[in-house]
Amino acid sequence: MIAEIGLAALWLAAALAVLQLAGGLAALRAGENSDIAALTRPAAVLQGGLVAIAFAMLLWVFAITDLSVKLVAMNSHTAKPLIFKLSGAWGNHEGSMLLWVTVMALAGALIAGIERRLPEKTMQATLAAQGFVALGFYAFLLLSSNPFERLPEPALEGLGLNPLLQDIGLALHPPTLYFGYVGLSVAFSFAVGALVTRNVTPDFARAMRPWILGAWVFLTLGITAGSYWAYYELGWGGYWFWDPVENASLMPWLAATALLHSASVLASRDALRVWTIMLGVVAFSMSMLGTFLVRSGILTSVHAFAVDPERGSFILFLLALYIGGALLLFALRAGTISEGERFSIASREGALVVNNVMLSAILAVVLLGTLYPLLTEAFDVRVSVGPPYFNPVSAVFVFPMLAVMAVGPLLRWRRDSWSRVSKEMALTVALLLVALVIFGVVSQVALLPLLGLSFAIALGVASFLPLRGRSLRRVPIAVWGMVIAHFGLAVALLGMASESAFSTERLAALAEGERTSVGPWAVELQAVEPVAGPNWTAMAARMEVSYDGGKPIEIEPQSRNFWAPAQQTTESVLVTRWNGQLYAVVGSSSNDGRWQVRLWWKPLVTLIWYGGLLVALGGILALIGRVRTDLKRRTAARKGAARRLEMEKIS
Amino acid sequence: MSWRLWVPLLLFSGFLGLAAYQLTQPKDDVVESRMVGRELPYFTLPPASLDRPGVDSRDFYDGKPKLLNIWASWCLPCIAEAPQLEALKEQGVEIVGVAIRDEPVDVMRFLTQHGNPYTRIGRDDLSEVQLGIGSSGVPETFVIDGKGVIRYQHIGDIREEHVPILLEELRKAES
Repeated sequence: MIAEIGLAALWLAAALAVLQLAGGLAALRAGENSDIAALTRPAAVLQGGLVAIAFAMLLWVFAITDLSVKLVAMNSHTAKPLIFKLSGAWGNHEGSMLLWVTVMALAGALIAGIERRLPEKTMQATLAAQGFVALGFYAFLLLSSNPFERLPEPALEGLGLNPLLQDIGLALHPPTLYFGYVGLSVAFSFAVGALVTRNVTPDFARAMRPWILGAWVFLTLGITAGSYWAYYELGWGGYWFWDPVENASLMPWLAATALLHSASVLASRDALRVWTIMLGVVAFSMSMLGTFLVRSGILTSVHAFAVDPERGSFILFLLALYIGGALLLFALRAGTISEGERFSIASREGALVVNNVMLSAILAVVLLGTLYPLLTEAFDVRVSVGPPYFNPVSAVFVFPMLAVMAVGPLLRWRRDSWSRVSKEMALTVALLLVALVIFGVVSQVALLPLLGLSFAIALGVASFLPLRGRSLRRVPIAVWGMVIAHFGLAVALLGMASESAFSTERLAALAEGERTSVGPWAVELQAVEPVAGPNWTAMAARMEVSYDGGKPIEIEPQSRNFWAPAQQTTESVLVTRWNGQLYAVVGSSSNDGRWQVRLWWKPLVTLIWYGGLLVALGGILALIGRVRTDLKRRTAARKGAARRLEMEKIS
Repeated sequence: MSWRLWVPLLLFSGFLGLAAYQLTQPKDDVVESRMVGRELPYFTLPPASLDRPGVDSRDFYDGKPKLLNIWASWCLPCIAEAPQLEALKEQGVEIVGVAIRDEPVDVMRFLTQHGNPYTRIGRDDLSEVQLGIGSSGVPETFVIDGKGVIRYQHIGDIREEHVPILLEELRKAES
């Protein structure tokens, strides 16, 4: 019964999406005051409620492990802890698509409910686009991935969840990315709405901006968390593998970052109109493209997802429909939109344009590298594109972008002179040169990490320069957001460069009682013992480690065997100090009773994720700042209107 | 100026064509175990059901190729492949089963419901034999020749189109 309620709610929501689309289209033809157009907003709001009910029903069947529902039988298990039963609801294809649709419908309900800044016609077009996109996903869910499908007879026991995925971080990771993707779908709908009604104004950028910011914050958090998960769970000691699935989350982030900055220019200066529209389309395209690459199994990845070519075809069809449609609309309409205000190259806008070009170039580099295997496979050549391509080629654009990031925020809008900021620029360049000399000549660091370390230090200081000479208490929150986000990027970069420049690795075969060392750490393998968990058994290696002769710490990395489904995983152990992390993995035993132990000492590696968190915090502050200004503006506008009304009455 | 606005659509169409072409191509998804071509490790397993004997690695040295099927009563794809195992049995193939982390009661219930194609069923409570022969999931099926050498590994459930492939591999294993 519960599953049927969920399914019914989904069908009703799909019907309302049709109504939303029809209402929006009617508004475009017959004017926004036509009868059916009045239904567009309520249809979107009601839809949000219905889909939320459907999702709650899915959580419910997972919570009670209803094994007559196919999805539960395939992905859950009665012996699993409740939290993982619940996260199992979206830890699979059907459930994750339902989550996607849920977030999308809630976002649609929100803009339909509160967004009143734009001309009603543009809003109607936006909501029509939003309904159209949602409709495709409802069709996908209901026709090819029904999460509420019943089994002819209930299963005896569930098939469990991939043990690699039985992890709290991962339970939260996919939803985080989905919030990001969906936020970008809202930006996409705004872009289409603006394009249809040829109404690309600063107001349009302001309406779109909170959604981009929100999406961007979630994407940042998602990428940061995903990278940390890969780092400690996969047991390979790396934090980024340029795997298609990782790239699938990085590409929308790059596009969203570019969009965020160009929307800023449009909102404050009414310039870059066409470019912002283009990025709005591209950002969501990258989200859908990523989903397609991950879900269709068209590329091989370390992240094993349930793969189904038929679903791949469906997503490809949606991709063709929405992205192709939007790009066609763009080709036909963009020529009729004027470019907006002009500006000189030495200005805030100029710097933001350079930043946009660099971000787009990095996006192109990642996109090309991700799709290249697809291209060569068409000619029967199998290649795998990895760090040797991605790192240096993207670096060509990353470092110029970092340089612009250091200077751009100091410049004034419209027109500025270099001489006005020459002192700050000199300071930044001096820092850069000193760092280059210290790390390059004294520590003999390789080129890329050397540039990384030096730029990180220079940018870290430069990111605070926009605050100089200002009363800190009167700096707007959004500016704090920018400063912290830029600083966070410098921090993350420092972590990456340090990890790559100063890490040490030790692979040893140890018998019980033997010692080894890695970097400043002394390590002793004391004993290897079997341990049992709720649904796994493991060999645990008890080790005593001490930093630079300090107090010994006991750690216990494990090699685990899960059953249901049977799978072997490593549970690495991390010892975190302020200046880095010790990373220990235990492997298999050899015939002579020794155990393979893998150890890394990674100085400052944690800065990568702290930096990511700072970037996200910057985004949150910017979001708060923007929303607050918007609300103030709205109250002021309402008061103004009331006063005008009063004046009219009096006269 | 305006021709430039068509560039994104053009690039995107190129990608669409490529992706559509790739989706229609058959995907080569066979991962060969390193154990293929090697002899079975030594093992002996107690019976997993009441009416079939257990499994000993020496059973595979009688000169006749056999299928070794790794399965479990809690595994849904195993239900899906049951008819194909039955068909193979009717072709005269000897199928030896290894039940992974299972209870005799559940095994018996499964076999009464979905048929019993096995001559022997061993009980592997710790997945030791399973991991030992290079299998990482259920169901998996191995072709073992008459000298105890693993000749072929099939990962996942056996579908109808796989039956002739397995028969062919069994025939090859005779030589």
